[in-house]
Amino acid sequence: MNGAQPILEARGLVKRFGQVVALNGTDFELYPGEILAVIGDNGAGKSTLIKALSGALQPDEGEISLAGERVHFRGPGDARRAGIETVYQDLAVAPSLDIASNIFLGRERRRRGPLGLLFRMLDKRAMRREAARHFAELQIGIPSIRQEVDNLSGGQRQGVAVARAATWGRRLVIMDEPTAALGVKETRQVLDLILRVRENGLPVILISHDMPHVFELADRIHIMRLGRRVAVVTPQTHTMPEAVAIMTGATQSELEQALHKEGGPTETPSPDG
Amino acid sequence: MTTTDLTSAQPGPLWAALRFVRRVLAAPTVGPLLALLLTMVFFSLKTDRFLAAQNFSLIMQQVMVVGVLAIGQTLVILTAGIDLSCGTVMAFGQIVMTKLAVAEGVDPIPAIVLGILACVAFGLLNGSLVTGVRLPAFIVTLGTLNIALALTHTYSDDLTFSPLPSELLFFGRTFQLAGADFTYGVVLMLVLYAVAWYALSQTAWGRHVYAVGDNPEAARLTGIKVSRVLLSVYVLAGLTYGIAAMLLVARTELGDPNAGQTTENLDAITAVVLGGTSLFGGRGTVIGTLIGATIVGVFRNGLTLIGVEVIYQYLVTGILVILAVSVDQLTRRRRR
Repeated sequence: MNGAQPILEARGLVKRFGQVVALNGTDFELYPGEILAVIGDNGAGKSTLIKALSGALQPDEGEISLAGERVHFRGPGDARRAGIETVYQDLAVAPSLDIASNIFLGRERRRRGPLGLLFRMLDKRAMRREAARHFAELQIGIPSIRQEVDNLSGGQRQGVAVARAATWGRRLVIMDEPTAALGVKETRQVLDLILRVRENGLPVILISHDMPHVFELADRIHIMRLGRRVAVVTPQTHTMPEAVAIMTGATQSELEQALHKEGGPTETPSPDG
Repeated sequence: MTTTDLTSAQPGPLWAALRFVRRVLAAPTVGPLLALLLTMVFFSLKTDRFLAAQNFSLIMQQVMVVGVLAIGQTLVILTAGIDLSCGTVMAFGQIVMTKLAVAEGVDPIPAIVLGILACVAFGLLNGSLVTGVRLPAFIVTLGTLNIALALTHTYSDDLTFSPLPSELLFFGRTFQLAGADFTYGVVLMLVLYAVAWYALSQTAWGRHVYAVGDNPEAARLTGIKVSRVLLSVYVLAGLTYGIAAMLLVARTELGDPNAGQTTENLDAITAVVLGGTSLFGGRGTVIGTLIGATIVGVFRNGLTLIGVEVIYQYLVTGILVILAVSVDQLTRRRRR
């Protein structure tokens, strides 16, 4: 896939919070159809990077392009409108509403004709039907689309959040520690779900602390350290301890050595096949 | 995540019947409805005057003011807030409309409209403080409770206003239906309940009200403008207090600075809680509130009929509220 255009790309992102430099000129690429894991120690800048990519904050310097076009996200709404959806670790759902309502929350569909125009009546049937279709596509097991989210397990709730992101994310989905609040069995369910999102053609950015999960799911692994991308590795080329060593700075990656020599970014490996 | 059905679905008609019964019992309005029926059975056994048709129209007339107040209160409580000012704001609106109409020579209809607008202004004030300054609703409305109380007494000079022009009495007029008298105010109340039910259950705005009360952070992340939803809720609540003021005036046939200050305030909150709306927000229905308001009305009426002094009625309402909140708290704990 050399020469393929990244779906989401960032060049030289800088973000300062007072004296603290959270992002120190980092680059980023996400290619179509891949799961890209972003790893890094606490304070390495991964959540700042993700916030910049999802519009939650604005970088001081650098540029972001979506499918080759420069974009400026002034808020999460901008990114969402551009087709970037985010799943958060803290199960961001409204438990008292049913599953279909959660999927369509903030994007409700109204009836056609005067009922919708004049009386703003919701088209509940169409929303349920469509939500059920998305759940079937992602093979998420739920008793009924009318069920209140309250009655679901943590894994199923996160399933609702993932389904919502997959429903509305036209370009890509960002998953910010999606399994951090879940138990072992539920984590497994959500990991399988992430794989199915990719199978359905949507690229995924996965932020995770859990190395075994990262190495199982990711096509490529973007490693952050001290506000920079220090390496992009794949589970085939690097072992887990090697990746962790790069992350903690125990070993310098080739990219990092090149950065020191030239003082600038070089070409990074792109996904193969 | 596998595709296995996660409910323990077992075949057999008996199982299906059990599940049906469980679903009916779990419906949010069933509890309040059972409570209402029990109360009615209790009072009809205690006194045979209770079941008279004329007594029912009396109950409904007593319910209408609290019932309309409770609509606004339901909206606020659904967003995990509370409005302690509803009774005194209504009292202020009532004084505005009657003083304008009786003492200031304003035409009756504009006087009513200005009185309602005074209540809407209080709703706007409550909503702005809750969303803009991010103060807890409890403190904001405790403040506006006292502000409205003070304004009521200063603006009225502690005078009552009567006789009222006939336009202000319209909703107190009655018509005959099935041998009982109904006021137009009761009809208006039922219409308002229908409108509130529709808005909450059939529109996107209604979904957003529930979502904001349930998980404001999740609502914000899905792109809902949380402040705008909250502000709309407080303004609409003010509107219902204004309409309640109009109904109160029509029922009592005078503007009274001492009206609506204790019983109506507590009764509106009691009605909402008895109706199954959670004080933690995000859960509840206006139909439940209508049942809750009727329970409160039946209690007050029944206790009066069997000769219980007013002060003990306070005692009973107080115990009722605490019971209902305890049930809410317990079911919530079980859910987590």
